[in-house]
Amino acid sequence: MSVGAARRAIQARHGLVPIDFGEMWRYRELFVFLAWRDVLVRYKQTLIGVAWAVLQPVLAMVVFTVVFGELAGMPSNGAPYPVMTFAALLPWMFFSNAMNQGANSLVAASGMISKVYFPRLLIPASTTLSGAVDFIISFVVLLCLMAWYGVQFRVELFLLPLFFLLGFGAALGVSLWFGALNVKYRDVKHIVPFLVQAGLYISPVGFTSTVIPEKWRFVYSLNPMVGVIDGFRWAILGPAFTPHWPGIWASAVVVTLVLVSGVYYFRYTERTFADVI
Amino acid sequence: MADPVLSIRTIGKRYTLGATLRHSTLRDRLAAVAGGLLKRHQARGNGPASRDFWALRDVSFDVEEGQVLGIIGRNGAGKTTLLKLLSQITEPTEGEIVVDGRVASLLEVGTGFHPELSGRENIFLNGAILGMTRREILSRFDDIVAFAEVDRFLDTPVKRYSSGMYVRLAFAVAAHLEPEILVVDEVLAVGDYQFQKKCLGKMGDVARSGRTVLLVSHNMSSVLNLCSRAVLLEQGHLVADGPAADIVQRYMDIKLSQAAEAVWEDPATAPGGEVAKLRAVRILTIDGKPTSDVDIGQGCDLDVEYWNLVEGARLMVTIQLMDRMGGMILSSFNLPSVCAEPDQWSDKPMPKGLFRTRVRFPADFLNEGLHSINVFIQKDGNLNTYMAHKNDAVSFNCVDSGRMRKEYGGVWGGVVRPRLDWRTERMG
Repeated sequence: MSVGAARRAIQARHGLVPIDFGEMWRYRELFVFLAWRDVLVRYKQTLIGVAWAVLQPVLAMVVFTVVFGELAGMPSNGAPYPVMTFAALLPWMFFSNAMNQGANSLVAASGMISKVYFPRLLIPASTTLSGAVDFIISFVVLLCLMAWYGVQFRVELFLLPLFFLLGFGAALGVSLWFGALNVKYRDVKHIVPFLVQAGLYISPVGFTSTVIPEKWRFVYSLNPMVGVIDGFRWAILGPAFTPHWPGIWASAVVVTLVLVSGVYYFRYTERTFADVI
Repeated sequence: MADPVLSIRTIGKRYTLGATLRHSTLRDRLAAVAGGLLKRHQARGNGPASRDFWALRDVSFDVEEGQVLGIIGRNGAGKTTLLKLLSQITEPTEGEIVVDGRVASLLEVGTGFHPELSGRENIFLNGAILGMTRREILSRFDDIVAFAEVDRFLDTPVKRYSSGMYVRLAFAVAAHLEPEILVVDEVLAVGDYQFQKKCLGKMGDVARSGRTVLLVSHNMSSVLNLCSRAVLLEQGHLVADGPAADIVQRYMDIKLSQAAEAVWEDPATAPGGEVAKLRAVRILTIDGKPTSDVDIGQGCDLDVEYWNLVEGARLMVTIQLMDRMGGMILSSFNLPSVCAEPDQWSDKPMPKGLFRTRVRFPADFLNEGLHSINVFIQKDGNLNTYMAHKNDAVSFNCVDSGRMRKEYGGVWGGVVRPRLDWRTERMG
């Protein structure tokens, strides 16, 4: 290992291996560099650059407002439909981008993985982190929208970071799973966009969770993004969107399970990455 | 006596061939599980030991602090695998490596370089990937830029750099690593001649600075120049360990003796099909000794040993002589009108069995340099198909002993260099 100088033994590892937090801390600078690189590259390559982070959710918001709000007449509990959708699009775009890019991140970094040592976990983690930059830009757009539609700024907004963390955990968890799977089974990267698409319609992005019948709400909340999105909506739009709290806890538990199992699976398979990639 | 800074103990690395291809799509894997084919696949996979390939086996040696060690061996000997294990890019199957100190490994230049980013940005990125902290990169930044000679282009995207600039920048970052243990794989031959000298100079500085260096190289003069000690790997095993000069000599001996002959003892794995199989191809001096250095002034013989597997087949041997660049110098075969003198089996039905065909390359004919031979066994005078073949079966070096060089010592062009009959007369 390049960073760090302790006397150590390199040998075959067997069974489940937890994260080496000390090593993660030593490689923290590289983690940030990789995320910074992803952001830079994304913006240098596109013609409209930063504007894309704005256009993507705004366009989706327009489509959903027209389709679900006007045409389908879904209820918006008194809030302006565009703001309600945008409040959901914010975490959803972060999650879906992270999932799509995370699934392919390891294979895309195969050059580095086969030539240099660093904790492989940094790859999907930095990809997920780089999505946070887009998130912040879109968040600014949300604030503008809220001002435009006269939505009050509430104190609960300060709880947003907690829900964001939940979403981050979900995004990281699926990135680890699909990223590791994709190294061995290359068709995974074709399955993922399809899953993301399906997820968009299942998750309460274009509509609210209140349309789900009461008896199904708990099962519905097993989709971790339900908890994240409901939380976002509540923090931004107020008591009309009070979430189904047991559902939020269910989402949190699911996220933790996915994340922890993802880490273990990743650590278990990472020892053969360089051989297989 | 201080503990060795690096201790490699019975390290082994096994690859299972074909395993990664078997279930490379999730769909296949799921189908296999569902159909109960998993059992059948597993049986096939775990059965024959030939599916398993040991890239390294039972390799052990220690490295003291400050030593510059060369790791040499032919292609496929396991050198790169050893480096990958040392760098923790891949895990050993057995054994362990005990390391004491910061290791930086250079298996290629420009790892992590992204074409869209500028030179400056790539310096930071590449430096971070190689293990430098941001502070270290900042403090060495000016030195790196000066070494690479790219100051004017620092803020241009690297995709606009010429290949020379790219490689100079990549090497410059790598050259400013200061780990306790440096592991390097053949990154020496980069850039133009001027820069290569610079790179070698820098490698020399590192080697003399008291740092521990492990160098994998095919360039024997670099190994002799920089390394005090060397280890020789052959097919995954450590076969020699000692002073660099001795080990390099052993390596050269192996390499030369292999190039001059190719032998296939086992008919099952020999090149060929159901009609004929090659057994051996050799270059010999005209006294009959295997050699890989041929004196132009004497010429040489080429032996082709082969089995005839079909009673009564009329086999012929065809050879192509190729030059250093892969261009064909000549081709010939042993049909009666092509031979200088009658070949007793030429175009005659042959009984089953082992045969040897020998062809002589005349003296004062070949030019200096590396040559290689392609061998074909063909049948019934048909040059369009072959029963057995081996491209690049042997290679040999032609050396000029000086018979034709009494007046002129310079570079002599031409694919062949025959001694011709020259005659001058006065006309008026």
